[in-house]
Amino acid sequence: MNFPILSTIIFLPFLGAAFIFLSNQKNENKSAIYISLFTSFANLFLTFFLWYSFDKSLTGFQFIEEKNWISGLIKFKLGIDGISILFIILTAFITPICIISCINSVKKRLDEFLIAILILETFILGVFCSLDLIIFYLFFEAGLIPMFLIIGIWGGPRKIYSAYKFFLFTLLGSVLMLAAIIFIYWSMGTTDYTEIYKLKIPQNYQYLLWLAFFSSFAVKTPMWPVHTWLPDAHVEAPTAGSVILAAILLKMAGYGFLRFSLGMFPIASEYFTPLIFTLSIIAIIYTSLVALMQEDMKKLIAYSSVAHMGFVTLGIFTFNKQGIEGSIFQMISHGIISAALFLCVGVLYDRTSSRMIKTFGGIVNYLPNFSLIFIIFVLGALGLPGTTGFIGEFLVLLGAFKINYLVAILASTGVVLCAAYMLWMAKRVVFGKTNNSIISKLKDINYLEGSVLILLCLVSLVFGFYPEPLLNTMDVSVNGIIENHQNESVVNLIYKN
Amino acid sequence: MENLNLILPEISLFLGICLALMVGVFFKNSFSIVMKLSIIILLGVIYLILTDWGGQEKLFLESFKNDKFSDYFKVLILISSIFIFFSSDQFIKDKKLSKFEYPIIIMFSILGMFFMLSANDLILFYLGLELQSLALYVLAAFDRDNVISSEAGIKYFVLSALSSGLLLYGCSLLYGFTGSTNFDEISISLVAQNTGAIFAMVFILVGLAFKVSAVPFHMWTPDVYEGAPTSITNFFAIVPKAVGLGVIIRFMDLPFKNILEEWQTIIIFISIASMILGSVAAIGQKNIKRLLAYSSISHMGYALAGVATGTASGYSSTIVYITIYIIMNMGAFACLYLMKVEERYTEEIADLSGLSKEKPILALSFLILFFSLAGIPPLGGFFAKFFVFMSVIESELYALAIIGLLTTVISAFYYLKVIKIIYFDDNKIKFDDVRNVRVKATILISCLILSLFFISPSIINSLLDGLFI
Repeated sequence: MNFPILSTIIFLPFLGAAFIFLSNQKNENKSAIYISLFTSFANLFLTFFLWYSFDKSLTGFQFIEEKNWISGLIKFKLGIDGISILFIILTAFITPICIISCINSVKKRLDEFLIAILILETFILGVFCSLDLIIFYLFFEAGLIPMFLIIGIWGGPRKIYSAYKFFLFTLLGSVLMLAAIIFIYWSMGTTDYTEIYKLKIPQNYQYLLWLAFFSSFAVKTPMWPVHTWLPDAHVEAPTAGSVILAAILLKMAGYGFLRFSLGMFPIASEYFTPLIFTLSIIAIIYTSLVALMQEDMKKLIAYSSVAHMGFVTLGIFTFNKQGIEGSIFQMISHGIISAALFLCVGVLYDRTSSRMIKTFGGIVNYLPNFSLIFIIFVLGALGLPGTTGFIGEFLVLLGAFKINYLVAILASTGVVLCAAYMLWMAKRVVFGKTNNSIISKLKDINYLEGSVLILLCLVSLVFGFYPEPLLNTMDVSVNGIIENHQNESVVNLIYKN
Repeated sequence: MENLNLILPEISLFLGICLALMVGVFFKNSFSIVMKLSIIILLGVIYLILTDWGGQEKLFLESFKNDKFSDYFKVLILISSIFIFFSSDQFIKDKKLSKFEYPIIIMFSILGMFFMLSANDLILFYLGLELQSLALYVLAAFDRDNVISSEAGIKYFVLSALSSGLLLYGCSLLYGFTGSTNFDEISISLVAQNTGAIFAMVFILVGLAFKVSAVPFHMWTPDVYEGAPTSITNFFAIVPKAVGLGVIIRFMDLPFKNILEEWQTIIIFISIASMILGSVAAIGQKNIKRLLAYSSISHMGYALAGVATGTASGYSSTIVYITIYIIMNMGAFACLYLMKVEERYTEEIADLSGLSKEKPILALSFLILFFSLAGIPPLGGFFAKFFVFMSVIESELYALAIIGLLTTVISAFYYLKVIKIIYFDDNKIKFDDVRNVRVKATILISCLILSLFFISPSIINSLLDGLFI
């Protein structure tokens, strides 16, 4: 195909942002909303078209675009495989939802908010499409700027602290990755991912380089103990910001582990598996316990995100098909369900200006439709069969049992703990007595909120019962990763003997 | 008879200065005329340099050298000076400093810089340096009725004279130990066994490090930056720094070529110290000019990291760095010309609070410029750092690279602080509406270059092709 569809998908939101910027002189909020909705929906259709014309049976990358960028050194190279396409669809799907959700909830400076969201979408899509390490780094880092502004301008009382924490933590992790990327360039002569994948990085370099990449991805995932920026950032970010953060930004690191750590450093990945397992298990159990004690719903969901991402990292480093497919599935599922949960909290927050669990109670009597949807997502988050959450966690645990019983059993306790904090929260918010007189005056969700939530609900249920389309898309690429890893470990074994 | 065509730019600049001086003396209220005339003179000199772009000749017993390297730096300083004249016009008038000497002194210092850059001989180099420094002393104290400005001038004079003395001492030692003042001949006879000459190298390096305000010779920078009028600070922050770096590269590349191991350690130390001090000391600053002073110290650290490699790619990465640094600072200082409250220019960072509600476009410019200074992709500042670290890691100076990258995180903190004040805080002060198309055009140009730089990041590198062999 000659039409540069990936570049179009990446830069279309940016173009939309530019249009809003040029039109906002007259202070017309309406036009900004229309432009952003138009661009994000156009992008969604483009990605569906991409999914449709994507050949699932081919290994390797498709829709490759190449252009000379830094003369003689680095090429601007884009391309997707069965894994990245899922994340691209997720991003393109979540962004319009964010935009719809912020129409009513963002009270000040809506134009600028929409510009920030669209620019962020550009950078995130760029991360998932890039096939060159430098391009990847560029997009990976650039996302910090709009996110910093989203948290800092539209956030809550402690917004500045959390914006700083988010920015500096992630920057610190990433600069080490930059050093590693430059080192790879000089030792391999290229930063083209497909080339490096073929050439194989020498074993003695792999360990340090892996750690450098790890430092960046671990902060962004976030893994214990560098997860502390996430609850702060989430709590203070506006609803749409939280949705983007949880649903897409966190996935960039998971994707990074999968694509770069596993793809480029298979031996080091194997070597550091115990480290990842330990951190993941701590994340799952510790943050679940912390989540139990939270009184702020957003903070609770934020801690549950850390726990869920623990499952993801656990699954990725099992190196078997179930584990990796499970973790990819878990990321998609978490993208949908946590987005929906944040939107639900946003619905309550818009009405009461409170996110505290103790404010609520018995809302099922006054907001029945909302409560139904909320409960479905709570059940989805704890992995009830029939929702996407179940399939992800189940596959990851299956993969883990193949490798290490202890790890798998410890991880399973996370599932129980997750059920505990989620259900307890649901019990206190949705059921029980109403102590607060404000609750009785609340209106149920309107059509706009309802349609968004029901859409997410349907997606979660449909793929929960019939995960085949997603698994099918990623299948060949996941097999490629596993094969590469096995070949490498065999080589490694021979080398050792 | 020497071919005088080759120093035509210098000759015409000198004649132009004399002409401007005449005009200034014989016409009353001649500031505007002299200002316009100076811009025309500088444009003419750019034209003269471009007509002979890339030629390489030596003149006057090989003491004057015209090559692509010096041509590039000359054009760079001419363009930045034109922008400074262009944007600071109104500011100088508002500050009641509109004396016609302002452009003329700046042009004298440019003339000195031309000789520094083209020198192939210690004596010519020192003469150029002195011409430049004398002009700069006057400039620092230009607001002579203002105590702070005079203090800045004195401070700069005393310290700079000391460093010039050290440099001259180094030059004489170098002559004594190598028997020549010519760079080419020095480079042949200067080897690691020549211990005395290595002492000379250290003295010369100290003098040059002072000119680029690298740590530990940075003391004057914050005070002079704060004390001098903003437009002159603008000049100080950009032009002498670029020239200083150019001269350092010239010295390392030519006379000190064979003692790389000896000077490399010193430059690495200076570079690391500047990066760390520049980023840590800036955190507490309340005056935006002081903040920019410390930021320029840390930027010099990054630029010197490229020099520390001692390779051709390192040198050109430094040149790319300084070019982007100039573009960023040009924009940042132009923003200061718009910080006007009740007809008075303000320099307090706190006064910027909530600017984004009042003046969204100016706030956005600050955002782009400061994120670029912090080196966050995809802005121009990132690529400047990227090329430097590319060459640093190529030369396997890993410690330098890691420390440099970590200090970018520290320095990001204070750039973020300014952005935080602009975007997150509530506004207290209402800025005047400054209608100054020239300043706005300068800001627009620098912001556009920085934000669109990612389209073709190697554009400067391709200009520098074949500069060092």
